[in-house]
Amino acid sequence: MKPFTTLDALAVPLDRANVDTDAIIPKQFLKSIKRSGFGPNLFDEWRYLDHGEPGQDCSGRPQNPDFVLNKARYQGAQILLTRDNFGCGSSREHAPWALEDYGFRVLIGTSFADIFFNNCFKNGVLPIVLPSAQVDELFRQCEAAEGYRLVVDLAAQTITRPDGARISFDVDPFRKECLLNGWDDIGLTLRHADKIRAFEEKRRADHPYYFA
Amino acid sequence: MEAQTLYEKLWSSHVVHEEADGTALIYIDRHLVHEVTSPQAFEGLKLAGRKPWRVSSIVATADHNTPTDHWERGIVDPVSRQQVETLDANIREVGALAYFPFKDARQGIVHVIGPENGVTLPGMTVVCGDSHTSTHGAFACLAHGIGTSEVEHVMATQCLLQKKSKTMLVKVEGQLGRGVYAKDIALAVIGRIGTAGGTGYAIEFGGSAIRALTMEGRMTLCNMAIEAGARAGLVGVDDNTITYLRDKPFAPKGELWDKAVAYWRTLKSDEGARFDRVVELDAAEILPQVTWGTSPEMVETVAGRVPDPAKIADPVKREGVERALKYMGLAPNTPISEIPVDQVFIGSCTNSRIEDLREAAAVAKGRKKAASVKRVLVVPGSGLVKREAEAEGLDKVFIDAGFEWREPGCSMCLAMNADRLEPGEHCASTSNRNFEGRQGAGGRTHLVSPAMAAAAAVTGRFVDVRELA
Repeated sequence: MKPFTTLDALAVPLDRANVDTDAIIPKQFLKSIKRSGFGPNLFDEWRYLDHGEPGQDCSGRPQNPDFVLNKARYQGAQILLTRDNFGCGSSREHAPWALEDYGFRVLIGTSFADIFFNNCFKNGVLPIVLPSAQVDELFRQCEAAEGYRLVVDLAAQTITRPDGARISFDVDPFRKECLLNGWDDIGLTLRHADKIRAFEEKRRADHPYYFA
Repeated sequence: MEAQTLYEKLWSSHVVHEEADGTALIYIDRHLVHEVTSPQAFEGLKLAGRKPWRVSSIVATADHNTPTDHWERGIVDPVSRQQVETLDANIREVGALAYFPFKDARQGIVHVIGPENGVTLPGMTVVCGDSHTSTHGAFACLAHGIGTSEVEHVMATQCLLQKKSKTMLVKVEGQLGRGVYAKDIALAVIGRIGTAGGTGYAIEFGGSAIRALTMEGRMTLCNMAIEAGARAGLVGVDDNTITYLRDKPFAPKGELWDKAVAYWRTLKSDEGARFDRVVELDAAEILPQVTWGTSPEMVETVAGRVPDPAKIADPVKREGVERALKYMGLAPNTPISEIPVDQVFIGSCTNSRIEDLREAAAVAKGRKKAASVKRVLVVPGSGLVKREAEAEGLDKVFIDAGFEWREPGCSMCLAMNADRLEPGEHCASTSNRNFEGRQGAGGRTHLVSPAMAAAAAVTGRFVDVRELA
């Protein structure tokens, strides 16, 4: 996994609540057996005016000029501002794959759906939960000022706004460590292989009907 | 010992290791696998030179991409076919306790085949790269949807990295009215707590109305726990649970069965166990539900009306409702009963089991599809459900009513196969998600119970199914 330490990047405000993973990456793109190449189809139904199909070259497709990601001032954004319950619905990891492939490394919102939240950390994408007053203020500032950039420092757990204000955020220590170092979860877990084996043997003895 | 919730019992019996911040490794008993969320996990495993930890924990099927008609033609869409063939090849190489491939007599939706084959058992941890894995919690097992990286992690280590959830009890007391089903409870709960209300929680469903539900009804309810934001839904073990599992193909037999049942009987929340949140509903007050918008929390009773955004103060909520109404092509204050229906879908991991089909057939019997309804799809959840329904003559009832009786699969719940809505079409659907484009780009989904879907099919609009009795 790509490590995440700090990011100084343009932010884009996606002012909708309950953005589901079907909207983030529609189902026709889930037929891929790869984990890369989903970026051009991120938010496909909102981003383009035509219907997208897998394998299509997206460069010539008609873009929806009203969709915020298509606005010139937000090109190159790597930080997505979101509202409540972002990433709800399907567990498809194609959603963080698409966000990451597009270029997003940080998502800031008031709440994220559980499975999506987990999936982000497995892909070097940092979802940050802030109180709604702070998210409202970020939306306000971002919409008001072109070229609005934020500096995210994972080690310090801070977001610095252009006006110098510094916002702290929470992150689980274990997830933070993994993300800062780009550690592979599986490798970490296998350090406990003996413990897993011992647990499994005891379980097999106590509950043989689960091991038929 | 302190009174424990069912969730706490399941959690504590699976913790292998715990980090200082509470992140735990929990042991996984059952790993359900389907073709959409597994190819990258198998590939990752192979690239890292790793082998699955315990192959006999894996049960796999192909369900999302499989067609529901003309099986003799195979899977026509080459991209879908490649995904299904990739699963075939991966299971061939790696192995599994059981694999129900495309066209197998026991193939079906992963959340239908698990319980009906007895591979989902009380007290287990069950995972699948699919959010509706919460369904299996109806059997008092801790069942989570996981992402593909986690699928790979479980294959490689037999464990999942998890933090303990908070616990919520949704208590439904009293008796459901006629024409009101588990699906209506699920939608009423989501209407009450919202689609993020269960985020961070495992929801246990309890109370006399839940005890009175069949296992099929409990699966419908737990299935939609994820639509309330909860990764896991749960119902404690009782006689219904034990009766359902007896003699299922993979359920324990003989002495092992007795030993298992003795343990399973302990899998319920203790008297006086403390929950982080309790939500209470009166079953008698729940009416048939219909969603009108693009999130399952956008729900009303069949007697209700679509909301008026002008009356909503919160600007984010108001814009959300405005956007949903625009997408759904509905004017504010429209009576739910005046929404026309173009297609009907009876199926999905929420409502494609035998009881669901019986409820729909009871309404369809002796009636005909309304002329204004273009198509009614009835898609059984599995080959076993299909054969059971046919043995009861339900297929005849549907066909006589002008409905289409299809082969099992996920079908138009998410339209990864050829079954889908055309842009602008309204669909009465027994599935679980009414998101934009979920059933086909531009399609408009209204979530309902199987009985309400059948009523919509024969009348062309949403009518209170109790009026048709």
